[in-house]
Amino acid sequence: MHSDAIRKILAEHGRLLVDATQLPDDADLHEAGLTSLSTVNVMLALEEHFDVEFLDHMLGRKTFGSIRALGDAIAQLKPAVAPPASPRQEARASP
Amino acid sequence: MNLARRTIQPAVARDSTFAALLEKVHALGRDVIAPLAEEVDRDARFPHEAFDALKAEKLLSAYIPAEFGGMGLSIGEVAKICEALGQYCASTAMIYAMHQIQVACIVHHGLAAPFFRDYVREIVARQHLVASATTEMGIGGDVRSSICAVKVVDNYFMLEKQAPVISYGAYAEAILVTCRRAEDAPRNDQAMVLVRQDDCTLKQLSVWDTLGFRGTCSPGFELKSIGKSEQIFPLPYAEIHAQTQHPVAHILWASLWLGLAGDAMNRARQMVRNEARKNPGVTPISATRLAEADLVLTDFRGLVFATLSEYERLIEGDESEALSHFGFVVRVNNLKLSASRMVLEVVQRAMVICGIQGYRNDSKLTLGRHLRDAMGASLMVNNDRILGQNATMHVGLREAS
Repeated sequence: MHSDAIRKILAEHGRLLVDATQLPDDADLHEAGLTSLSTVNVMLALEEHFDVEFLDHMLGRKTFGSIRALGDAIAQLKPAVAPPASPRQEARASP
Repeated sequence: MNLARRTIQPAVARDSTFAALLEKVHALGRDVIAPLAEEVDRDARFPHEAFDALKAEKLLSAYIPAEFGGMGLSIGEVAKICEALGQYCASTAMIYAMHQIQVACIVHHGLAAPFFRDYVREIVARQHLVASATTEMGIGGDVRSSICAVKVVDNYFMLEKQAPVISYGAYAEAILVTCRRAEDAPRNDQAMVLVRQDDCTLKQLSVWDTLGFRGTCSPGFELKSIGKSEQIFPLPYAEIHAQTQHPVAHILWASLWLGLAGDAMNRARQMVRNEARKNPGVTPISATRLAEADLVLTDFRGLVFATLSEYERLIEGDESEALSHFGFVVRVNNLKLSASRMVLEVVQRAMVICGIQGYRNDSKLTLGRHLRDAMGASLMVNNDRILGQNATMHVGLREAS
């Protein structure tokens, strides 16, 4: 999971109505004020930061539903970028 | 959240039953709706006679599943009825389409709750007409934001909304109202509430005197309501909007515009035949114009069908998450953007073919009402707003689809 980095990006680009740095991993981002327009800005910032490209079928409500869902999506796109402490993941999610 | 599944009858029986029903709608159109379309338009009055007839045929519960006593039609079949009505009176067709959009919201998203199961039976029994109040003063046209909030105390709610437009608000038995989920919720954290006309006061704030769709009677209202908290839909409006209200609205609107365009084309055909009779053996130039206009109508029909087919496939397969994907949302928006352009183009081409007969208000081939109604298509949910949303989503999309 990359929760802290995602939190920071949400705080900068998400235009949320709450303090993103205080959000739990499972908090509903849409309830926190994330709109489909700010989704795009968050996506671009996440892509830049993690060097990934979101697949078109991921661009829906579910992927951007929580910090955990975003972390899962990034893990799926880039299994190699796990936190340094954990072993390199070999299993690749199908695209 | 699964969208409602309905029992599908054997294809042959179902097709012939539906064909008979559609013929009945056309008969109502010819006998009841068309003769009053001019008066409804001129006086900007509610088409009472049309709705009395539609209610008598139980057509207001067309989309309610058979197990609740409705006809159990598909969205595609409801779209065909909207198209048929659009040929006779676009205001009547628009009210019917808007009602079916609200019914679809209840059928897709309410039936898990006892209140909404009882309410669909009430729609069937009493042929209730259901309106919606989505836009709000101070917000502009963004239906995904609300200022007003529903207040829940014990098992009751209180709701007040300043709505710049509620189509047929004064004639509906219920209104689906969007609002913030709670007083501390952000603008886009919305709920939808079924407000009964009996439990609400509507203070009319403006007059509906427009160029077209005059019979929809859509002035602004101050709405104040109380009711039971069970009348609040059991899921966020964001999901109702993405899965049902947005796609079904654009499919049904485009379908009635198709009917409106079809009737303009029929008048143009009449004109071409009149000309051909005057000069037997010579194909009039207007026939070439008609052939060109028919190309637009064919594209128009194909676009409606493509979007409808994709939507039906997604709801039959319970792929509700796919309904919120940017690609699908863009395609639904494209339907609105293109259909609203094509309906106007077809009517304008028909006007050129009919010439002065189309331009006159007192001729049998008059197209004034068609032209005025068609111009509304790009304004009801402004095309620039929709294009702006698409522009943002295209930044995120990698592949053309």
